[in-house]
Amino acid sequence: MNIHEYQAKAVLKEYGAPVAEGVAIFSADEAEAAAKSLPGPLWVVKSQIHAGGRGKGKFKELPADAKGGVRLAFNLDEVTSHAKEMLGNTLVTAQTGDAGKVVNRLYIEDGADIDRELYLSLLVDRTCGQVAFVASTEGGMDIEEVAHATPEKILTLPIDPVEGVTAGKASTLCDTLKLEGEAREDGMKLFPILYKAFVEKDMALLEINPLIVMENGRLRVLDSKVSFDGNALFRHEDIVALRDKTEEDAKEIEASKHDLAYVALDGSIGCMVNGAGLAMATMDIIKLYGAEPANFLDVGGGATTEKVTAAFKIITSDPNVKGILVNIFGGIMRCDVIAEGVLAAVKEVGLQVPLVVRLEGTNVELGKKIINESGLNVIPADDLDDAAQKIVAAVKEAA
Amino acid sequence: MSIIVNKDTKIIVQGLTGKTGTFHTEQALAYYGTQMVAGVHPKKGGTNWTGTVAGEEKSLPIYASVKEAKEATGANASVVYVPPAGAGAAIIEAIEAEIPFIVCITEGIPVADMVKVKARLEKSNSRLLGPNCPGILTPEECKIGIMPGSIFKKGSVGIVSRSGTLTYEAVFQTTQEGLGQTTAVGIGGDPVKGTEFIDVLDQFLDDPATETIIMIGEIGGSAEEEAAEWLKEQAAKGRKKPMVGFIAGRTAPPGRTMGHAGAVISGGKGGAEDKIAAMEAAGIAVSPSPAKLGKTLVELLAKA
Repeated sequence: MNIHEYQAKAVLKEYGAPVAEGVAIFSADEAEAAAKSLPGPLWVVKSQIHAGGRGKGKFKELPADAKGGVRLAFNLDEVTSHAKEMLGNTLVTAQTGDAGKVVNRLYIEDGADIDRELYLSLLVDRTCGQVAFVASTEGGMDIEEVAHATPEKILTLPIDPVEGVTAGKASTLCDTLKLEGEAREDGMKLFPILYKAFVEKDMALLEINPLIVMENGRLRVLDSKVSFDGNALFRHEDIVALRDKTEEDAKEIEASKHDLAYVALDGSIGCMVNGAGLAMATMDIIKLYGAEPANFLDVGGGATTEKVTAAFKIITSDPNVKGILVNIFGGIMRCDVIAEGVLAAVKEVGLQVPLVVRLEGTNVELGKKIINESGLNVIPADDLDDAAQKIVAAVKEAA
Repeated sequence: MSIIVNKDTKIIVQGLTGKTGTFHTEQALAYYGTQMVAGVHPKKGGTNWTGTVAGEEKSLPIYASVKEAKEATGANASVVYVPPAGAGAAIIEAIEAEIPFIVCITEGIPVADMVKVKARLEKSNSRLLGPNCPGILTPEECKIGIMPGSIFKKGSVGIVSRSGTLTYEAVFQTTQEGLGQTTAVGIGGDPVKGTEFIDVLDQFLDDPATETIIMIGEIGGSAEEEAAEWLKEQAAKGRKKPMVGFIAGRTAPPGRTMGHAGAVISGGKGGAEDKIAAMEAAGIAVSPSPAKLGKTLVELLAKA
C-alpha cells in the first residue's frame, strides 16, 4: 500500500526524523493560511500523487511552458496562485503514464537551502533476506539511472535483524554519503530511526530522495516515498487509515474486496486464472499469439461460485475487454465445480464477448461436459496453447 | 529414488485443526499412505483429530507443542497451515524443536516476520520450504502440502518451481509424455523464503533417479540468474543433466506485484528477459510456452 509524501513525512517525524514543517491542503482557499503558519520566507508547493517525477511532470490542462508539479514560492501570493493552478488539474510524470493523475492534495512546505543532495532508501533485500540500506551521494535523480551508469556510487548495506543498525553500520553509511560534522551526527541518529520505523511499521520501501545536507550543515529529509507490506496491514490500523482510494483503480479496489489478485492492464483479452504463476503465463501466451492481456487475475486456490462471478463482473466492466479466457488447472479444486461457477457467472453477468474456457485436472471430463451441454456460447479448449490461439482468433474475428 | 521426502518421512501438522489443515491432511493420508503422524495445537494438546480417508474415519493425536509431538512420534518433518499472523512464529517453533524439514504452505505472511524466521533458520540445521508454496511430492511415496496427487506418475523428471499451478502444468505434461517425476518441489512465491532453486537443483543433480530437470521461475528477484550461474559452474565440473526452463511474467508491467508477493519487477531488476537469457546461457532449453514444457523436454531428449 502506498501513501502520500506528506503522510510519509508525518510517520517519519513521529520517529524523530528531521523533516521540514508543512501543511497538507485540499483547496486553494487553504493555501495562504497554511503558508502563514510556516516560517518562510521560502515555500515549496508540492503535488501529492502516488507517483514519482512530480517536479519534472507537466499539467495536462496548462500551457506547455507552465511550471511542474513541485514549485517554489517566494511570497504568500505565489503560494496561492500555484495552488490554484495545480489543484484539480492532471499531472503527467514519467511514472503516471499518459493518462496522468489528478492532483487533489497539495503539501505546502517550509523551504530549505540545499548544499548537497543524497540518496537513501530501505528495502527488503531478497538475496539475503534482510532489510538493507541503499545509499548514494548521487541524490535528487533517478536512482535506477545511477545504478545503470555508475553502480560503484551505490552502497547496499544489509542489516542483521538481531543486531540492528550498529554504530559501525551507521558509520559506514556516513562515510558513503560523505557526511561530516553536524551532518554526521545527524546521520548517526537518523539511520537507526529509519530502520526502526521501517521494521515497526512493516514498510516495503522507504525512499528518501533526496536526503539533503542544508547550507547550515544539518541533514533533512526533503522528499520521501513510503509503501507498506500489504500482508502486514492487519496489524497497522493507523496506516490503513492513510489509504487514498482515489489513487487506486476502481476495478482493483473491487477485486481486493473479493480477495482476488487483480492488476488492470491495457490490452483487450480479459483473463481469469487460478494461481499467480499460471496467471502470468496466461498473459504471456496471449502476447505470444499476437494479442494483449487486459488484466492479471488470480482467483486463488479455493475459488467459489461467488468469487468466479465477482471476477467475471470485474473483467466485463472493463470496456477494453473484447474477449475472455478462463484458464483453470484444477488441482485440489474440481473442474466440475469451476464449470458450474463459470456458467452461474455467465448467466448472472451476461456475455457480450467471446469466451474460451480451458479446464484441466481433477474431474476434467465432467467439467467439459457441463460447459458443452450448457447451450451457452462458450468455446472449449484442450490446453493452454489451444486456448490462447482460440481466444486471439475469436477476438480478431469479432473486430 | 527421490529427493528430500520419501515413504519414510514422518510428518506433523501445525494448524491441523483448521479447515485447510484438515482437508489437506486427509488428502495426504489418502496418497499412498503418506505418514502424517500428529497435529500440534497449543490449546488442544491431549485431544485427537479425526478426519475421513477413503470413506473411513482416521484419527491423529494432537500435542500442545512441536517439541512434544516430535518426541512422541519421531517425526522428521512438519507442515505449517497456520494463518499468516501466526505462521512465522509457528515456523520458528519448528526450528527450535529441531525439525529437520519444515514446509510452510501459508500465503500472506508479513515479510518482516520472514526476515526473523530467516535469521533463526540460518543458525539452525533445519531446512524450510516456502512459505506461500504448494509443498513437495514424491510420487507413490509422500505428499506434503497441497499438490494434487492424481496428476503424478513415478518417473525420471525432477521439477522445481516458484509457482504452484505451473508446477502442476509441468507435472501433468511430463505424466502425459510418459516420463513421470522423481520429486516435485514448489519453493514458493514470496520474496524472503527458505529453500531456493540452487538447494533443490543440487539434490536433483545428485539423485541418480532424476535424469532430467524442469525449472520454472517467474519475474522478481534474481534467484533464477543465480541458479543459472551456479549450474554453469557445476557443468564445468561435469555435473550436468538435461534441463527445460520457463519464466512466467514476460508481459508483466514494472512496479506491479503480480499476485505473488515476490513477483514484481523493481528498480529495473527481475524482468523475464534477463532470466531467460541467463538460463539459456546455462544450457537450459527455455520453453516460450507453459503448454510445451513436456514436449520441449521430449525434443531435448530426442536430440541428445
